Amino acid sequence: MLDTPKLPERHYLNNGHGLKSWLLTKDHKRIAIMYLISISAMFLLGGLFAGAVRLELMTPEGDLFLADTYNKMFTMHGVVMVFFFLIPSTPAVLGNFLIPPMIGAKDLAFPRINLLSLYIFWLGAAFFFYALFAGGVDTGWTFYTPFSSFSSNTNVIPTALGAFISGFSSILTGLNFIVTIHRMRAPGLTWFRLPLFVWAHYATSLIQVLGTPVVAITIIMVFVERAFGFGIFDPTRGGDPVLFQHLFWFYSHPAVYIMILPAMGVISEIVSTFSRKTIFGYSFVAFSSLAIAVFGFIVWAHHMFVAGISTYSALVFSFLSFSVAIPSAVKTFNWAATLYKGAISFETPMLYAYGFFGLFLIGGLTGLFLATLGTDIHLHDTYFVVSHFHYIMVGGAIMGYLGGLHFWWPKLVGRMYSEFLSRVSAILVFVGFNLTFFPQFILGYMGMPRRYHAYPDEFQVLNILSSAGAGVLGIGYLLPVIYFLWSLKRGEVAGPNPWGASGLEWQIPSPPPTENFKVQPVVHGEPYEYTPHVAREANLV
Amino acid sequence: MGSFGIPLFPEQASTFARDIDALYFFIVATSAFFALAVTVAVIVFGIVYRRRHEGEVGARIEGNLPLELLWSVIPTMIAMVMFGWGASSYFHMRTPPAEALQIYAVGKQWMWKFQHLEGQREINELHVPVNRPVKVTITSEDVLHSLYFPSFRTKMDAIPGRYTQLWFEATKVGEYHIFCTEYCGTNHSGMIGKVVVMEPDDYQAWLAGGGVEGTLAERGQRLFQDLACGTCHLDTGKGRGPSLNDIVGKTVTLADGATAVVDEGYLRESIVNSQVKIVQGYQPLMPAFQGLVSEDNLVALVEYVKSLSPQATTQAPAGATAPAADPTKKN
Amino acid sequence: MSNAVAHAEAHGHAVPHDALQHHFETMQQQKEASTLGMWVFLLTEVLFFGGLFFAYLLYRVWYFDAFAEASRTLDISLGAFNTAVLIGSSLTMALAVRSAQTNQRSATVRWLISTIVLGCVFLGVKVIEYADKFEHHHVPGPNFVSESVWAAQEQIFFSLYFTMTGLHALHMIVGVGVMSVVTWMAAKGRFDEHYYTPVEMTGLYWHFVDLVWIYLFPLLYLVERHN
Repeated sequence: MLDTPKLPERHYLNNGHGLKSWLLTKDHKRIAIMYLISISAMFLLGGLFAGAVRLELMTPEGDLFLADTYNKMFTMHGVVMVFFFLIPSTPAVLGNFLIPPMIGAKDLAFPRINLLSLYIFWLGAAFFFYALFAGGVDTGWTFYTPFSSFSSNTNVIPTALGAFISGFSSILTGLNFIVTIHRMRAPGLTWFRLPLFVWAHYATSLIQVLGTPVVAITIIMVFVERAFGFGIFDPTRGGDPVLFQHLFWFYSHPAVYIMILPAMGVISEIVSTFSRKTIFGYSFVAFSSLAIAVFGFIVWAHHMFVAGISTYSALVFSFLSFSVAIPSAVKTFNWAATLYKGAISFETPMLYAYGFFGLFLIGGLTGLFLATLGTDIHLHDTYFVVSHFHYIMVGGAIMGYLGGLHFWWPKLVGRMYSEFLSRVSAILVFVGFNLTFFPQFILGYMGMPRRYHAYPDEFQVLNILSSAGAGVLGIGYLLPVIYFLWSLKRGEVAGPNPWGASGLEWQIPSPPPTENFKVQPVVHGEPYEYTPHVAREANLV
Repeated sequence: MGSFGIPLFPEQASTFARDIDALYFFIVATSAFFALAVTVAVIVFGIVYRRRHEGEVGARIEGNLPLELLWSVIPTMIAMVMFGWGASSYFHMRTPPAEALQIYAVGKQWMWKFQHLEGQREINELHVPVNRPVKVTITSEDVLHSLYFPSFRTKMDAIPGRYTQLWFEATKVGEYHIFCTEYCGTNHSGMIGKVVVMEPDDYQAWLAGGGVEGTLAERGQRLFQDLACGTCHLDTGKGRGPSLNDIVGKTVTLADGATAVVDEGYLRESIVNSQVKIVQGYQPLMPAFQGLVSEDNLVALVEYVKSLSPQATTQAPAGATAPAADPTKKN
Repeated sequence: MSNAVAHAEAHGHAVPHDALQHHFETMQQQKEASTLGMWVFLLTEVLFFGGLFFAYLLYRVWYFDAFAEASRTLDISLGAFNTAVLIGSSLTMALAVRSAQTNQRSATVRWLISTIVLGCVFLGVKVIEYADKFEHHHVPGPNFVSESVWAAQEQIFFSLYFTMTGLHALHMIVGVGVMSVVTWMAAKGRFDEHYYTPVEMTGLYWHFVDLVWIYLFPLLYLVERHN
């Protein structure tokens, strides 16, 4: 195409103006944009809390904040990031926006429920903000009993209710995706022609639908204990605080896969597009998503190897935990093999994908230390664990999310961002992340426990490194805000398919019209077809 | 140990440390190998197969089944080695030797209280002899805590309402950290202390130094009298409660026909929740002492009852003793 | 021509039904989506109650005697009456769905109202039972009173009793609310033999709530009533 592309005259962004046209919309794309704005704000807030934590930890003495303040900082960092950023991130923004066009549908199966899920998310966030302004909460995001039920004197109830309510937003999103993927696919789009992004979201949705209600009821049990003096986990009445941990991790371990699986889906799309090549071992990558979702449900007690569970159950759960490692390894190998004999280019999304490889590899492999019983006894609840899950949930999940955001940004708004700044940001995030979290592995093996406001002097050097890295990381995360906002008005018009990608979503204008497709598409080919012919065709719309 | 002034490993000060560190290095080496292999592959592919002109597309390679199987099976086998090694270390760490020296630890917001059988009680400091297995029975007075000895490479949660255990054998005289690793509120990071490993002679001298209240069992005996336990638990076995002589380590039959092994956890539960496991032939007459006796004193009572069974080896099952989780119990 | 369009024509809906939402191709597709969505929702509900059932199971095994004793304070006849009421309401609900399916508007409304009434009767009985528990200080917490040696563990039973039956009652209240809307829609003539999905979905939900009670009744009221 020689002539410069123009924005389409009518698209979902200019179809209706004013606040009301947004707040009452049933368009999955507009809902996705509202999610994007909401969770970006939450990410910023969670980042501020993280910054406060890192500032405090630059010195061994607890001299910046009071111990209680510090405890609230890390608790609210965790609550915001887990419940109000990571869990909704890729599914509610990218999944919401992209699943219908990827499968040739006009919308999700239940547009009103989709909007409802956003309102529920806001309601949950409102409860959290109430807790925040009423003085915060200090239980840790895990709400372990009996501390949360009778010892803490902070705002546990509103925070727990906030997490409870936002859980329903997640359930409804998952439910909507499952039904949409089952019932709304375009003719000819068989299961094995689905983009791997959709497979990943299908697996994620299964976890959201099956896991989230369990943590919801667990929060209710803590709620009735705290609010009415009931005693389900109360040891003085014969209750078992460890039961809480079982129920909590039955959800919260799979919840890690709610965060990482969609990111894996994003990486599959990016790797294929930027190497102009079909994914190596499509069905292995697709089924590994399902395997991770299923195995994710049977490994929860590896969070409890030193919580007094019996030796034999520890053996079983250690064994099962390794089973999750295998599909993750398979995915990684398949991505690497996809690059072989590709036609690879390194625009920003691909840089993020490469960053994902590095961080997810480290994050996944360090999981082996924690699945292994002997080493876990030493490492449990130390900074090693903190670092491990940040490598997965920040390194993996956020790299995937940001990579996806950069990849589909032209589809979302129809314009390109600054390629230079975005590459700088991708590199800053990668370097800053490693500088922040790699020292924490060493701190963990040295024995520094997590959630410590003050620590012995010998840990200081590594903590300073980590805090310095956090500064770099913060800049890396802030840059996209600037150039994304800039791109809204000034960015170069992208055209429908700036990357020459093969998916259905690239065959409609950018930004797409409200109904996505003017006529229902019919799918004939296999996914990820990059022949010179198809590549040419993909650029013609 | 350290490099460039940055410490990398805590001191190896127990018999576990060497094994756990070796396991750690094994996993580090394996991980490094795979991480490097994938990293080198993606970088080399990225350079060799970079896009040279617009419109170039990659080769159509859909997959390779033998390769997929290879990289599924090999990691699985390596993972099984890790599992096996880790499991055997874990078993070892969860099975205290019978001759281990017994010490009790009670976690409380925000301190660790240790009690020695000879009567010494210390807070946030624990004195132990070198080259001798030490078993620590742990509980909590309020919320969850976790007793962590990084230099010994072991830890165990302190759980209110039940006893958990860990053991170690220190190999080097010196002072090492004790941390609380389960978040427990405001001063969680202040709930730290030191373990002092001493030569056996020094340890004996230290033991002789304290203990104005007599041994732990003697303190327990006084409590036993103060609480009037002896009015029912007669030595003759004809009291309203069973005789407590020579019961530790034995298996008792409960009122509902189930059985229970008498260990520290059972004794503690039989005091605080006396009605849960009534020995067959007795009435549930004993009051529940939940909330009436502190965990420190419960430890003394338990130790006194144990002293009535001089032959018994109180080898509690590995791991923890759940409150009433007796799998043999029938409805 | 896509398969979906061909499918629609085979069913003879050349003119789209009023209730067909724009993003679906056919009524059939819309209905299948709703049904699958409802079943997935019920699956989450199973896991939601599942957490409580798991806690119940654990403590019942640990403290069977306490559970048996606490269970005896519940009024078995009220519980049995409520069970009958709820099963009856499932019948009226099923009849409502059948009437909607066969396009009998007034019968649909009648059966829906009967279901609502039966639901309210259940809730009324529950209020009586709760009031009785408050009166006898059987509500766990600082005001709990029990002479039993099992006083502590009985509180676990009552904690679970109130949480389980409370959440169940909440589901009933939601069901009654939803059904009122559906009744109003039915009275307005929104449904016909091609479109009665809301009635059917409400029915699925109501049967689920009924089913939960079928489990709750023996687990809570009949712990040791066999001898």
